[in-house]
Amino acid sequence: MKRALVTLVAAGLLLAGCSAAPATQPTPEPTAEDTLTGTVNVFAAASLTETFGAIADAFTKEHPDVNIAFNFGGSSALATQIVEGAPVDVFAAASGTTMKTVTDAALTDGEPTVFVTNTLEIAVPAGNPGGVSGLADFANPDLSIAICAVEVPCGAASKTVFDGAGIVAAPDTLEQDVKAVLTKVELGEVDAGLVYKTDVLAAGDKVEGIEFSEASTAVGKYPIVQLAASTNKNAAAAFVAYVLSPAGKKILDRAAFGTP
Amino acid sequence: MQRSARRKRQGFLSPALWVPAGLALALLGLPLVALVVRAPWSQLPELLAQPSVGSALALSLATGLMSTAISLVLGIPLALVLARSAQWAAVPRRLLRALVTVPLVLPPVVGGVALLLLLGRRGLLGQFLPFQLPFTTAAVVIAQVFVAMPFLVLAVEGALRASDRRFETAAATLGASRFTIFRRITLPLVFPGVAAGALLCFCRALGEFGATITFAGSFPGVTQTLPIATYLQLQTDPDAAIALSLVLMIISAAALVSLRDRWVPGVTA
Repeated sequence: MKRALVTLVAAGLLLAGCSAAPATQPTPEPTAEDTLTGTVNVFAAASLTETFGAIADAFTKEHPDVNIAFNFGGSSALATQIVEGAPVDVFAAASGTTMKTVTDAALTDGEPTVFVTNTLEIAVPAGNPGGVSGLADFANPDLSIAICAVEVPCGAASKTVFDGAGIVAAPDTLEQDVKAVLTKVELGEVDAGLVYKTDVLAAGDKVEGIEFSEASTAVGKYPIVQLAASTNKNAAAAFVAYVLSPAGKKILDRAAFGTP
Repeated sequence: MQRSARRKRQGFLSPALWVPAGLALALLGLPLVALVVRAPWSQLPELLAQPSVGSALALSLATGLMSTAISLVLGIPLALVLARSAQWAAVPRRLLRALVTVPLVLPPVVGGVALLLLLGRRGLLGQFLPFQLPFTTAAVVIAQVFVAMPFLVLAVEGALRASDRRFETAAATLGASRFTIFRRITLPLVFPGVAAGALLCFCRALGEFGATITFAGSFPGVTQTLPIATYLQLQTDPDAAIALSLVLMIISAAALVSLRDRWVPGVTA
């Protein structure tokens, strides 16, 4: 039942233009000299789009014969695609729950490693027109507020911080992912939104971030893992190792990701 | 006579065309069959009894009817202008037609962004509004009208082009005013086209997702229509999402089947 639906959805997503759709042709085995070649298909959470792009650039400078093909998207959608048999070598998720979908299906090669953390931050349009100063302002019905729907990871994290702070939020819209919240803030349609620190940084001048102490109650963990069905194991392992290496960590640090 | 002509046409249909036609039909129909077959029938009453489903369904029906009504009031006059534009110069005629058709082919999300840039709080027009339009039920209706009205306009325009203008001329020579002619002659003549267009428009409005979630957002009871609720359910409870999809499909199918063969007035009517 789930299978049919999920296939439909996966097909729909591909049609909808996942620009980095994975290459499906079999990748050649690494040669005896241990030089890495072929394509590594990486499925990664949408919030990793900028950093993983930079990491891939750095990685392919060291291994010019390797091609890293990305499929960025919502972690739960990616996990579903992997369970449905999408050809993938590496999976980096934005939450332990979504990773669990894949580990429960026994599709991983070893245990996932948490490589970064991400913390929620209040995002306001440049100039802070709503005069937002902290999490308590999210209960103000006069302000226009966007948060993630509780069904998606950023919404679950938002619920945790609100519950922990004893605040009843008065949102005007419950968005389907964190980038949609960010867009509403960038366009000035809302006075405040709850997004990740990395999103505030990525949005540049259009958005200002306001840190709040309650954020520490809902730190998001990002696990990465190699898949058992990988057809290019050596190159995939090298890519995962690079993400975990000091060089990879430097790129992730720059984007405001936290250290686990 | 029309019937015999139709039979003659069928006689010329090469058997070789049945194969691609069958494939086309399978591509269109089989996904819906899969939805019906895999629907969690035993849990269906329980899934559909959730209060969130009722509120999303009520909101979808109410906004769909409202946007169809607005499309009728604004779209029929636009269809008249479009039908009349046949006598215009090529450039304005094509521009007008393109403007009416673009929302049909535009990704709805793009339509939603465009609506935000026009009517949002900092939009071209929105900045002068005394109230905030996004995140209201009115915004849902506007998004639906943007996406669905072209279906009505093009259906009515097709009917107008196929209708016999001599009745209007006769009425005019008998002294009827232009508005009387429109009300008593033109409108009744193209009524099948209006009905078909209104149904297509309603079904499209009912299924609207991208422009709505972008421009109006998503909040239960205010802007969260059935398609948006379905998408969110898909993240956590695929069975509930299938149940909601089934409801949407049944409503749309029932409306479309009631159209019978008045699909494209002017061609078959």
